[in-house]
Amino acid sequence: MKEVAFGQYYPVDSFVHRLDPRFKLFFLVAFIAAIFVATNFYGLLVCAGVLVFVILFSRIPAGKVLRAVRGVLFLALFATLIHVFFYAGETVYWSYGIICISREGLISSAFLILRLALLVVCSSMLTYTTTPVALTDGIEAIFHVHVIARIMSIALRMIPSLMEETERVKNAQKARGADFESGNLFKRVKAFVPILIPLLLSAFRIAEDLGDAMESRCYVGGKKRTKYKKLCFSWRDLLGMVVACALVAGVVLLRIYVGATL
Amino acid sequence: MRIVAEHLSYTYNAGSPFAVKALDDVSLTIEEGEFFGIIGHTGSGKSTFVQHLNGLIRVPSSLKRHRAKKPKKGEVLPPAPVLRVGDFDLTEKKTDFRALRRHVGMVFQYPEYQLFAETVAADVAFGLKNFAEKGQKPGKEALDAAVRDALEAVGLDYREYAEKSPFDLSGGQKRRVAIAGVIVTKPEVLVLDEPAAGLDPLGKREIMQLLHELHSTWCKTVVIVSHDMDEIAENCSRVAVFSGGHVRDYMPPKELFRNAEELVGLGLDIPLTAKLVLALKRRGIEIDCDYTTEDFIRKTLAFKGGNA
Repeated sequence: MKEVAFGQYYPVDSFVHRLDPRFKLFFLVAFIAAIFVATNFYGLLVCAGVLVFVILFSRIPAGKVLRAVRGVLFLALFATLIHVFFYAGETVYWSYGIICISREGLISSAFLILRLALLVVCSSMLTYTTTPVALTDGIEAIFHVHVIARIMSIALRMIPSLMEETERVKNAQKARGADFESGNLFKRVKAFVPILIPLLLSAFRIAEDLGDAMESRCYVGGKKRTKYKKLCFSWRDLLGMVVACALVAGVVLLRIYVGATL
Repeated sequence: MRIVAEHLSYTYNAGSPFAVKALDDVSLTIEEGEFFGIIGHTGSGKSTFVQHLNGLIRVPSSLKRHRAKKPKKGEVLPPAPVLRVGDFDLTEKKTDFRALRRHVGMVFQYPEYQLFAETVAADVAFGLKNFAEKGQKPGKEALDAAVRDALEAVGLDYREYAEKSPFDLSGGQKRRVAIAGVIVTKPEVLVLDEPAAGLDPLGKREIMQLLHELHSTWCKTVVIVSHDMDEIAENCSRVAVFSGGHVRDYMPPKELFRNAEELVGLGLDIPLTAKLVLALKRRGIEIDCDYTTEDFIRKTLAFKGGNA
């Protein structure tokens, strides 16, 4: 009931929400390919521009989108520092031992951050705008593997349940005077034991209950089954497809004609 | 400790499409020494309300800030929320929540799922260690004595259970251990959210019996949230009815169940005794009892005797 988890479906009605999940998956793959094909800032800027349009058309508040980036902030900072300090560039600004800050290092770390941010934002846009069920249907339709799709959808479905359970256990321990906010790192990690053990037990319990419930309704993995909602391509998907192709083509052209930044 | 709540409102996920208004202008006073019942439908806000009592849910500070602003012309500001538990003012940001939580014990729904330690004794001692003053660790003897008292208070033999793993116990025993883990600090107010949920009738009766004993010996004030109307009718001095985030009524059960039809209209159950009183009324027999089984039986027998 508390805060909405990172990457969880955000229920508003929008152009992007109505797109076919198969297409959205395709778009994600095309977009990621474009990010990696791009070797100069122009390419990435084109990607970012397209992503901004996607966000605008999805009617998801910018704060929510930025929150997704916050999740990988630590990783991004770490990678950036490594890059800034250890990139062996030609134009050196400052150096000490093996550490050196160079023009190339700064540019390349800026590039890295941009890439990482684009990656995270575009993949969280998929989960923000697609329900777990639709996502599973899409994956199933593309790969024709039912079991894996089912496992994925259950895993996604468990996230909010486990969050709720965590909140419950955390509150119960807080009521017994547990303190998760103060003390050094070691103390804080230790403070989580009273949450982790009940949580783990609950996770097994929930999983077992779900398994029983599925089996008692005669669920057998891998059987061909019918769908409540049929997927169908619409004019929106066609439009999106054109944008995706244009994006990839544009980035490739930029790579060929402008060349790499470094 | 007297509990005073006025104009309390709470919205989950405020400002997002998931926003749910859980409490809407709730005002309620619970006197010291009461055995207070809270009833209401799922989602009526009762659990949200009780979580306010030990500061697990804070009174939104935006309301206070709102109050500090000067009202524009013609604008009516909502009255400021008040929430006091004893001497603690929970609308203040600087309240010592640790001290508050020592005085207000909270037993959640299915408390057995919060057990984690290797032995029953260690689990019960968890709260005691947490609430100990900084730098003054309680000695082993003091800890053991307190754990023993708490376990005996919930009806478990210390020697038999102290060194067992809490995960080897039965459901009812686990729940007792969990309750012992809360009362071990001798809170003045004990709040229980559906303490008897999921137990068999005997287990339910035993837990209620236990709460009565605790009420007279350990905790001055007991607040229970319940769906079980029989439980409420038998035990509580007063009852608050929550519905859609509001408090509809609060009064002794005797008066509450007199309007049994209204409760049924709210989608709530009524105690068996109230059902019988209604059925008898339809046959022209008026019984004026306080809806506990004992009183009902006595009055009914007296009625029969009086007519025979």
